[in-house]
Amino acid sequence: MAATREIRDRLKALATGRLEGRSGRAYWRSLEELAAEPAFHDQLLDEFPSLEPVLGSRSRRDVLRIMGASLGLAGLAGCDFGPPQEKALPYVRAPEFEVPGDPEYYATAALLGGYALPVLAETHVGRPVKVEGNPEHPVSRGATDLFAQAAVLDLYDPDRSGATTRLAQISTFDAFQIDLIGRARELEGRRGSGLALLTGAVTSPTTLRLIERARERLPELRWFVHEPVGNARRHEAARLAFGRILDLHPRLDRAEVTLCLEADPLGPGPAQVPNARAWVDQRRAKMAHGELPKLYVLESTPSLTGAKASEALPAAPAEIHNATLALAQHLGIGGIEAPELPLHLRAKVLEIALALERSGEAALVMPGAHLDPQLQALVFRINQQLGGLNRTLVATLPVEARPEVGENSLPALAGAIRTGEVDTLLILDSNPVYTAPADLDIGDLLQTVPFRVHVGAYQDETAALCPWHVPLAHPFETWSDGRAVDGTASVIQPLVRPVRGGRSMHEVLATLAGEPQAEPYEMVRATWRRVLRGRDFEPAWRQVLHDGFAEGTAAETQSVEARPVEAPPPKKPGAIEAVVRPDPSVWDGRFATNAWLQELPKPFTKLTWDNVVAVSPAFAVEHRLDNGDLVDLSAGVRRVRAPVWILPGQAERTLTLHLGYGRGRFGGVGSDLGYDAYRLRTTDELWVIEGMIVQAADASMPLASTQEHHSMLGHHLVREIGIGELAAGRSVVPKEHHRPTLYPEWDYETYAWAMTIDLDACIGCNACVVACQAENNVPVVGKEEVLLGREMHWLRVDRYYSGEASQPHVHFQPIPCMHCEKAPCEMGCPVNATVHGPEGLNQMIYNRCVGTRTCASYCPYKVRRFNFHDYTADEPPTLVARRNPDLTVRARGVMEKCTYCVQRISAARIEAKKEGRRIRDGEVVTACQQVCPTRAIVFGDQSDPDSMVARAKASPRDYALLAELNLRPRTSYLAEVSERPAGDHRLEGEVREF
Amino acid sequence: MAQIFSRAADTYLRVVLIGLGLLVVGLLLLAGGLVRSDYLTGVGKQIDQPVPFSHRHHAGQLGIDCRYCHDTVEVAASAGYPPTYTCMTCHSQVWTNAEALAPVRRSLATGAPLRWNRVHDLPDFVYFNHSIHVQQGVACLECHGRVPEMVRIYQAETLHMSWCLDCHRHPAPHLRPPEAVFDFDWRPPKDAEALGLRLVAAQGIEPENLDSCYVCHR
Repeated sequence: MAATREIRDRLKALATGRLEGRSGRAYWRSLEELAAEPAFHDQLLDEFPSLEPVLGSRSRRDVLRIMGASLGLAGLAGCDFGPPQEKALPYVRAPEFEVPGDPEYYATAALLGGYALPVLAETHVGRPVKVEGNPEHPVSRGATDLFAQAAVLDLYDPDRSGATTRLAQISTFDAFQIDLIGRARELEGRRGSGLALLTGAVTSPTTLRLIERARERLPELRWFVHEPVGNARRHEAARLAFGRILDLHPRLDRAEVTLCLEADPLGPGPAQVPNARAWVDQRRAKMAHGELPKLYVLESTPSLTGAKASEALPAAPAEIHNATLALAQHLGIGGIEAPELPLHLRAKVLEIALALERSGEAALVMPGAHLDPQLQALVFRINQQLGGLNRTLVATLPVEARPEVGENSLPALAGAIRTGEVDTLLILDSNPVYTAPADLDIGDLLQTVPFRVHVGAYQDETAALCPWHVPLAHPFETWSDGRAVDGTASVIQPLVRPVRGGRSMHEVLATLAGEPQAEPYEMVRATWRRVLRGRDFEPAWRQVLHDGFAEGTAAETQSVEARPVEAPPPKKPGAIEAVVRPDPSVWDGRFATNAWLQELPKPFTKLTWDNVVAVSPAFAVEHRLDNGDLVDLSAGVRRVRAPVWILPGQAERTLTLHLGYGRGRFGGVGSDLGYDAYRLRTTDELWVIEGMIVQAADASMPLASTQEHHSMLGHHLVREIGIGELAAGRSVVPKEHHRPTLYPEWDYETYAWAMTIDLDACIGCNACVVACQAENNVPVVGKEEVLLGREMHWLRVDRYYSGEASQPHVHFQPIPCMHCEKAPCEMGCPVNATVHGPEGLNQMIYNRCVGTRTCASYCPYKVRRFNFHDYTADEPPTLVARRNPDLTVRARGVMEKCTYCVQRISAARIEAKKEGRRIRDGEVVTACQQVCPTRAIVFGDQSDPDSMVARAKASPRDYALLAELNLRPRTSYLAEVSERPAGDHRLEGEVREF
Repeated sequence: MAQIFSRAADTYLRVVLIGLGLLVVGLLLLAGGLVRSDYLTGVGKQIDQPVPFSHRHHAGQLGIDCRYCHDTVEVAASAGYPPTYTCMTCHSQVWTNAEALAPVRRSLATGAPLRWNRVHDLPDFVYFNHSIHVQQGVACLECHGRVPEMVRIYQAETLHMSWCLDCHRHPAPHLRPPEAVFDFDWRPPKDAEALGLRLVAAQGIEPENLDSCYVCHR
């Protein structure tokens, strides 16, 4: 992506002025596209981005030689002596109700930052293969986020720690227990003084109970909590505003005017799923009345919430701070020093304040969880002033155990170590050496503690500095429990014995409490006797195991009143600030070895396998930076070298650093990726680093972004309709009339499978992409292959911008196979490997495919993926066990694509046939549809006029992609609904001939 | 100057050309035959098993129903191989010390499964489902042959795709009333063809859609 002068000039024009005089397109995917680079256009015409890096230096003769040799060798490969003799291994004693070949589902939960997200895990003969949302759970309501989807890959991760080690030598858990028992006896003599526990956020009732047990024995035990991306500041703010620690839950389903101040309720995190559902419920309810809820977002860096906002305003953190003060002032909250604000923000704040006031009780102002607690407390007060507190912003008792330690917990531990108060340290599922603020020097401090133990899933940075390391079992391997964001308690039941021999954290805590023989199962049951008190235990316990959660255990709602708090003083904007965010794919680094998440294109940058420093287009012009250019970032004495990425919608003088990368050597997947943003964080500047110095390093590195891969040529890919137009009964496109075609006429006499994707509901969270990967055995190809445009995702989420580069609107568009009724790919295939099915499915038959790739070049939607290499051949055996046995694993030289989850259709068809009925509406749920938190994807039989999909297709928002090609795709889209009339986009660029 | 080619040259050339043509045709015929031969399809090939289990003895002479051991054939894709426990329901009482059954007892004692050699092994890209075939009235006999007469189990049919398609396209002659599916002695009635057509209609079988690729491949 060589930067030419032209791009730079264009960027300058974009950053400084407007986009006037640009020809044609309202929607763009990248700045190169916006700048109408000729090289960019050429790249688009390539079916797969380029073979040039592979063939580039070779002469024509060499290429011909290689082709000849390939042909010869391919012939040789055909000469085998039939398949090898396969063995059949029946059970010795078959488990009850186990039917080989039929999946079984267990209710359990995946964990993120200590919070449980309840799931139903699908197992095949004892192997967990896929997780689905738990439809009955009050929080998830059947959806999951991308992390829960990827959890099943972690289970089989060959990089997970597999042995208890002492001084880097393999030891045994028994030896560890003996050592710990001895130590605990010694500690008992001095009432536990000198003993410290360090954990991540804890919601597990059993962990909490065991720590209490240990404390009964060792009363002076000190417990510290370190969650790199946690709720500490939110809790501190609640303490300031309400006098006690509380959780605050936005009720987006009740809010009509919402203002998010750096808050990202729709973004990744434990509350994403319930927030997204509440948001879409409200949006659909209002839309039915011809209105839209208002969502304003002030943000320093683009967020998923900002992408769905009525208006997202990029502003520096200091400006957002000041805007909050100005808002409070407008609303008549006293004691605020008048802040300095740029004119456009001042006007905006006034406008927002009026809208909020008009909305009154239905107004919601959300502060970011990482903002200054004082400022957050002021925002709670604003909510009270507006009347929305306890209605749109609801307080409950805290879900996390012992949240009072707060953000200062890790510094407090460091202080205690420094003063010699700690001589025994147990680190449970936390990696402070990697994730601690840089100024704590936690690594050096740790080594002064004589007895230290690390219990964790990986041999990570902390494990390397602890004499004892105990491998931690995955949640799907052991009995445990946890609470969802609303506090509803779930039992986590194991699906499989520990794949790598991990142990439960409970076993370690029980050893400390003097019960080394206790079994996790019995420990969890003992806890649940308390959770389920007042009910007949055995039936209630069985019910919980069946349902996956205990009803009525949500945290109690508290009616609160915000006290007047001292407002923080205004800030002086101007200097370059950096904001720190968890990575949208690998979070705080805990998913670094998860290949699905590493290769998942991040929502805005579409980058895989790396993190970057996001900069605004204006900043890039000023510093003459291009995508991938390396810069040296320094804050005080701390320095990091990192690549930049130009991000439309980024605040002008704000950089965004993403956590979770720069691990050095960290397993087969996670090694040598990105830079380490933790090294720039200090205890005082955890989330915003002021006074950042940026210096171009005069070097650059390749970054694997998929944003220009599989671009479609054409207009109206994304469509919008104004809410006014919708209310007036207008359609986004005139109702389709079938134009004549030269393609064969098919009779559809049976089911007609079809899908709609609601672009208005899609928040770009990527959960569907990971779900598709898990369900369909989609291989991971690695950074080098992604750079060549060979990523294999069957479902991609295209991200479009419209408007100005400095403050664009963002549109997400998931693209699966369109299953055209008149499919060009079917015409192209010389060997009939892709054919039309009676139910309208465009069938891809791997065993016929000879790899000419003609179909892919004929596909205008660019949804076909080719196995350039045998990507699955070298997978470690544990990952082979993860694969879904219900569909073929594709070999090299074979084309593949979305099948509408045909294995699920087949299963439903067989069941229906056996019962002598038709498949019911909603019986076939595709993997992407199942996980979607906003129910954006609807699938079913469009020949049944009462089916959900037929009703969705009857919507005035329904439109087909590239309808001008007359291919009659079965997948169609529901247009986004916007507040402004969409008139101008519709007129521009009429049907274009190809 | 003497002629380079003798008078017979034309004849030689013709013979060689015809010979070459015949050779090519012959090779093609040979290859075609070979593919269909029992040697490559494995029809009738008897494979040694870890336990010399006789279907003739169990299913034929003793008359044990197929479903006693293959117990998921009516509900799942896989008919199921019997767990060691199923063998031992009888063999803990009869032939308790038989040499031939030593591997079964060892499996029970050690918990290590028996390792049978698969006889009916479809390619991995084919997804066959027993339950739906049984349900629709395709008898065991149709694909597995006269199992109660086989000492060692062997493949009775080619299991070629064309063989599958023959039945998927014209299922009527291969169907029975559901109660006769496991009956190896069932004789078709006189109006067999009419019965088949009746069954096709009654079961809602759609032969016109049954040769769609995704029925078996995915």
